[in-house]
Amino acid sequence: MRHQGKGDEGRGPNRKEPKLPGEKLQMRSVMRRAKKIRVKGRKEEERLPNRRKRIRIRRRREISPVSSSEDESDEESMSEGEIAALKEQVEEKKKLIATLRNKPWRMKRRLVLLKEAQEFVEKFEGALGKGRGKKLYAFKVMMTKKLIKFNRDFENFKTACIPWERKIKEVESHFGSSVASYFIFLRWMYGLNLILFGFMFGLVVLPEVLMGLPYGSIPRKTVPRSEQDTAMDFSVLFDFGGYCKYSILFYGYYNNERTIGVLKFRLPLSYLLTGVGIFGYSLMVVIRTMARNANEGGDGGDEGEFTFSWKMFTSWDYLIGNPETADNKYASITTSFKESIVDEKENQKNENIHLRRFLRILANIMILCCLGGSGYLIYFVVKRSQDFAKMDPASLTWFQKNEVEFVMSLLGLVCPPLFETIAELEDYHPRIALKWQLGRIFALFLGNLYTFLFALFDEVNAKLETEQELKNATEWAIHEYNANYSSYYNTTDVPPLVVNPADAVRGPCWETAVGIEFVKLIVSDMQVTFLTILIGDFGRAITVRFLNYCWCWDLEAGIPSYAEFDISGNVLGLIFNQGMIWMGAFYAPGLVGLNVLRLLTSMYFQCWAVMACNVPHERVFKASRSNNFYMGLLLLVLFLSLLPVVYTIMTLPPSFDCGPFSGQDRMYDVVMETITQDLPAFMGTIFTYATNPGLIMPAVLLMVLAIYYLNTVSKGYQQANLDLKKKMKMARDEEKNRRNNKDSTNQVMKDLEDLLPNKSLIPPPTEEEPKSTKMKPGSAGKGVNLQKEVSLAAPNPRRPVAHPPRARGGPPGHLRGPLPGPGRGRGRGAPPRT
Amino acid sequence: MGTTASQLSKESLSEYQELTFLTKQEILLAHKRFTELLEKHEKDQIDARVPMGKIITLPELKSNPFKERICRVFSTSEQKDGSLTFEDFLDLLSAFSDSATLEIKSHYAFRIFDFDDDGTLDCADLEKLVNCLTGETNDAKLSSTEMKQLISNILEESDIDKDGTVNLSEFQHVISRSPDFVSSFKIVL
Repeated sequence: MRHQGKGDEGRGPNRKEPKLPGEKLQMRSVMRRAKKIRVKGRKEEERLPNRRKRIRIRRRREISPVSSSEDESDEESMSEGEIAALKEQVEEKKKLIATLRNKPWRMKRRLVLLKEAQEFVEKFEGALGKGRGKKLYAFKVMMTKKLIKFNRDFENFKTACIPWERKIKEVESHFGSSVASYFIFLRWMYGLNLILFGFMFGLVVLPEVLMGLPYGSIPRKTVPRSEQDTAMDFSVLFDFGGYCKYSILFYGYYNNERTIGVLKFRLPLSYLLTGVGIFGYSLMVVIRTMARNANEGGDGGDEGEFTFSWKMFTSWDYLIGNPETADNKYASITTSFKESIVDEKENQKNENIHLRRFLRILANIMILCCLGGSGYLIYFVVKRSQDFAKMDPASLTWFQKNEVEFVMSLLGLVCPPLFETIAELEDYHPRIALKWQLGRIFALFLGNLYTFLFALFDEVNAKLETEQELKNATEWAIHEYNANYSSYYNTTDVPPLVVNPADAVRGPCWETAVGIEFVKLIVSDMQVTFLTILIGDFGRAITVRFLNYCWCWDLEAGIPSYAEFDISGNVLGLIFNQGMIWMGAFYAPGLVGLNVLRLLTSMYFQCWAVMACNVPHERVFKASRSNNFYMGLLLLVLFLSLLPVVYTIMTLPPSFDCGPFSGQDRMYDVVMETITQDLPAFMGTIFTYATNPGLIMPAVLLMVLAIYYLNTVSKGYQQANLDLKKKMKMARDEEKNRRNNKDSTNQVMKDLEDLLPNKSLIPPPTEEEPKSTKMKPGSAGKGVNLQKEVSLAAPNPRRPVAHPPRARGGPPGHLRGPLPGPGRGRGRGAPPRT
Repeated sequence: MGTTASQLSKESLSEYQELTFLTKQEILLAHKRFTELLEKHEKDQIDARVPMGKIITLPELKSNPFKERICRVFSTSEQKDGSLTFEDFLDLLSAFSDSATLEIKSHYAFRIFDFDDDGTLDCADLEKLVNCLTGETNDAKLSSTEMKQLISNILEESDIDKDGTVNLSEFQHVISRSPDFVSSFKIVL
């Protein structure tokens, strides 16, 4: 029950309403208070950089302590609606606090507003928190505050944890942000590999080591007797034979027991799921990064739309802190300005097209030949290595043993410069030439990798055949042994044959062989990269530096000079390395750990090399305007490396005596087994239904339709965007004309104005014309823009106003007939409307 | 409000964290670098100002062609001499930080490029901008025909309402489509 008199008490000094009876008074006073607060909030958001504002702020701060007392005395009598209104205001204040840092105001002003808003929130939250049933609200508020503080501390902690920040900043200030982007990408890769290593190690390697059988207990974990003499030799270990081969690094070590240890850990299932999960996680991370990049600044779409403006406004790199780099940047910007100005003119030039086309086709044919040649070379070498494997290892030279990796790395070194030289024939714009170059290097690496894989598959099939023979032979031998034993001792109860694990007959474990091949490839790739940097960059820098003292021409400024950092080559190398890791991780669980080490050393080594031996680029040409280009490549490589692994899981039978899937028909049988045996019965039926083609086909169809729909919607938005732009232009033009009142661009409009007494009869333009947005820059600034289109009249002819307006017959509604003349400027004519 | 006393108070530190895009370590580092620029007697003053000449000796700003404009834009001094207090300095670092949003960055970029402070980028502003970017030497400068061509191309692309100048919203529209802007408009201590 509200007291009547309470409404009169404690009202602020500037309230002058007449007294009204009853609770309406309470309601109204609180609403008015709320509205005043709202008005306060709105005023704070305006930008008034003058002293009056500051005084107003001060006055408001003086008022609030007064009004706070009146509120507190009223609070018990506040109704639900008032509380809701107050809550809304508190939320608004909180939002203001959260977005304050995004407002481009001075710090002083923001500080004042922050303090005010914080005071208000504290005071009213306290008020709202009192009373029955509001304890929960107060608790919630406290938890939210704690959460915000925790989030902020966590963000600070996360930023402090990011490694190599100083190093990268140093590189950035010397070389600009494009070279630094390679190192940022390297760091991102390192993080990804660290997580993958965590998965592999924690879920596969550690359980086997802790809970599985130790080394030497079963045949697959022991070095065979014949190899035991050389098992510890460095050369054997370096080739990943000997003790390395029978260790956790490779597939063959893992046992196929369904559950191991006290915890009943299902190792084969975990192995399969981790192998596939690695791809799933990588896919998720890459797509999430791509989406974030696309949100930030476009995906390299609209290339030609804002060339000049971007060059002007975004070309300076604010991270540059080195005067020499700054000079380079000036030079490159000037060159790029001059070039783009010339470019636009050259686009109209009509050179000898036929010669150019012929040369381009010739160049492409040559490059295709190179690619085909390199593919064949790899196939040939892998075949030869299979023959070598059959021969006695002692009689082979080091070169013969490592021929495959050597040839592949050599091709990766030699072909790209070859492509570049051939590309001189094509005479493309440098940015386009760079794209072609990247595409060709990509094709080279891909072709090489897949040829390698095909050759490997041949080897795997050969091994499977030998395994089959061996299996038959072993079974026959056991059968023989049983027969002999039972016939000798005259019993049917034959004790199992006990054989020392080192002596047992072994199958040729094809998965371990594949794993070994991948590991050797990665190691040789790493060696080649490091050697290239050492000799190519460092050696070159040293010769240029010291030979310069006794050489005829200036080596530093002239021909050899110092090397520039090859961003795209390095990024591609990194992407392909990651592809090989993804392919090989299933067969060699230790490979991911090796890669983590490799990336770590690579980071330090390349940071040192770039600071010591490289100079900043003279001309800055990025392959694409955004990071999404390289992310897209990474995604492609991820899919391509997923294919072989999935194929082998689905089609090839696992070896019968090594690895976690030995004894199964196919590797994925483990999953089937788990579903039928371990999970409750209804899960099995659900899975059977889910894999029914009758269900999968409609699902695929649905997804295709969804993609089509989203595509259409996005096109609709683009069109709406264009329409809005046009409307803006037209509205502004009209306003300008009306204001300036000079020679109207539209002759007919002027006529209309003269005719009619009421000048505001000009209707807004309702017609939109399809106009091309990509305007030729050469035609800019040529006289008056002829874009305005009025529905009543025809477009303006493209000639100066040379005669007085002609008299028209009848009221404006009957204007018809286009004016003579070629009135087809940038806006096209539309039929007049009545 | 605002302090350049030898130690930042905990309260101000948390307020600055709330109001800028900087983390705690960055604010402390900024404070350290700022006090290094102050004279001995000013080190304990609140609201001490560092003159523009000293700010542009910072290695991060030394090679920047827009260093004077940056100082002037962020300065709150009455004499418009480009001197910065610690809070102005924090404003500067916040706008140029990694986590600042596109709106803030484009807003300040516009003000930096607006050499005559009239709220639009007209031909004179653009000409000065091009000259800044191409360096000081005479042979690096563009000839006047090239300059005219360049400026008309730029206005062609970004001036949507065709009034001969680029205003803030047109500028922000152009910048928002650029993928390089956010990553290059960065200064880190």
